[in-house]
Amino acid sequence: MHLAYPTVLAALLFCTGLYGVLARRNAILVLMSVELMLNAVNLNLVAFDVWLSKASRETLHSGQALTLFTIAIAAAEIGIGLAIVLAVYRNRGTSDIDKLRDTAEGHESEGPDSDALTAGSADGAGKAEATA
Amino acid sequence: MTFAAAHTHGFLSPTGVEIAFLLVGLATFGAALVTVTTRQLVHAALWLVVALGGLAVEYLLLTAEFIAWVQVLIYVGSVVVLLLFGLMLTKAPIGRSPDADSGNRWAALTVAVAAAAALVWVVVDAFRTTWVDLDGPAAGSTAVTGASLFQNWFLPFEALSVLLLAALVGAIVLSRKAKAESSSPPVNSRAATGSSPSVPDSRNHPIEGNGRVEGTNPVATTGLTHAADAADAADAADAADVTGSPGVTGSPHAPSPTSTAGTSPAQQQEGAR
Repeated sequence: MHLAYPTVLAALLFCTGLYGVLARRNAILVLMSVELMLNAVNLNLVAFDVWLSKASRETLHSGQALTLFTIAIAAAEIGIGLAIVLAVYRNRGTSDIDKLRDTAEGHESEGPDSDALTAGSADGAGKAEATA
Repeated sequence: MTFAAAHTHGFLSPTGVEIAFLLVGLATFGAALVTVTTRQLVHAALWLVVALGGLAVEYLLLTAEFIAWVQVLIYVGSVVVLLLFGLMLTKAPIGRSPDADSGNRWAALTVAVAAAAALVWVVVDAFRTTWVDLDGPAAGSTAVTGASLFQNWFLPFEALSVLLLAALVGAIVLSRKAKAESSSPPVNSRAATGSSPSVPDSRNHPIEGNGRVEGTNPVATTGLTHAADAADAADAADAADVTGSPGVTGSPHAPSPTSTAGTSPAQQQEGAR
């Protein structure tokens, strides 16, 4: 098999994942795109390992071992990532990564809005206590 | 491999395995494109299954059968299920959601197309005369992979098991922290109706903060009338009362009944709106 087939497919899949990471708004869809990029890397590793293990006699099968490690790390990553997304959703009520701008700099208009928002909610909580 | 081998192959006479690889690769690439462009979030996860399964078939065509079955087991079997659970736990909309893509879609498309063009050009130019020899014994059978993994890669393998354990503990800690904050509904409802003067507390609070953020304009929120606030407080108290008995909420997205207590009032308020 020509080596260009798996490598071109891996490059296209990686760029598809790159587009998804940059363009998606939901955090879980971003995680899906990250999985696509990891799989593209895995395909590259397997293709190069098959090529090199046939080209040379003694090989450590490092590509396939590294692919297994990548798959395991991807499983760990998706578990931790989903736990973080769920914690954010519990605290904020949204998994929209465009709204997580607490540490953003250079957007001064965000400051007064969030201040007014928290002041309003604290005010509402106070009134709720008064009426209760 | 070598130039001698290159003369025996040709660009315009693809072998059967190349044709199969090309067809499965087209299906995989198409499924990946639909995954990153569809507006239905659950469909994105299901198309991701097609893409990952197609990649497993590509591994089989590359004679890496152990990797192929690991791919099917871990990715299709567990990662996609985890993603679907995540979509349901965050109450992803079932139908078409118009705001699935952010505003910088065209910039992202430009970057991705430029990267794809550069990568494909470099890869095709670099491996123009390289052929993979797929004849003979499989390069990635279970015996070969196991022997190399446990002879040459034993220490990284064990380190990886420690990493998986750390990830497991980390995921449990991340989930349990949120549960400990909201595991006692009476305290939570008291905090909901009581005053919460500190800013992080009021912002992080599941009822007041999220309801306001999700629902209305912040400026309108500050101008709410007293009656509306009283109604809100009554809503919050009702929701907290309902969640006092954790089984009643019946929310299908909780790993344990007690963990729904904190999230349910906000979600019920969202549902009410």
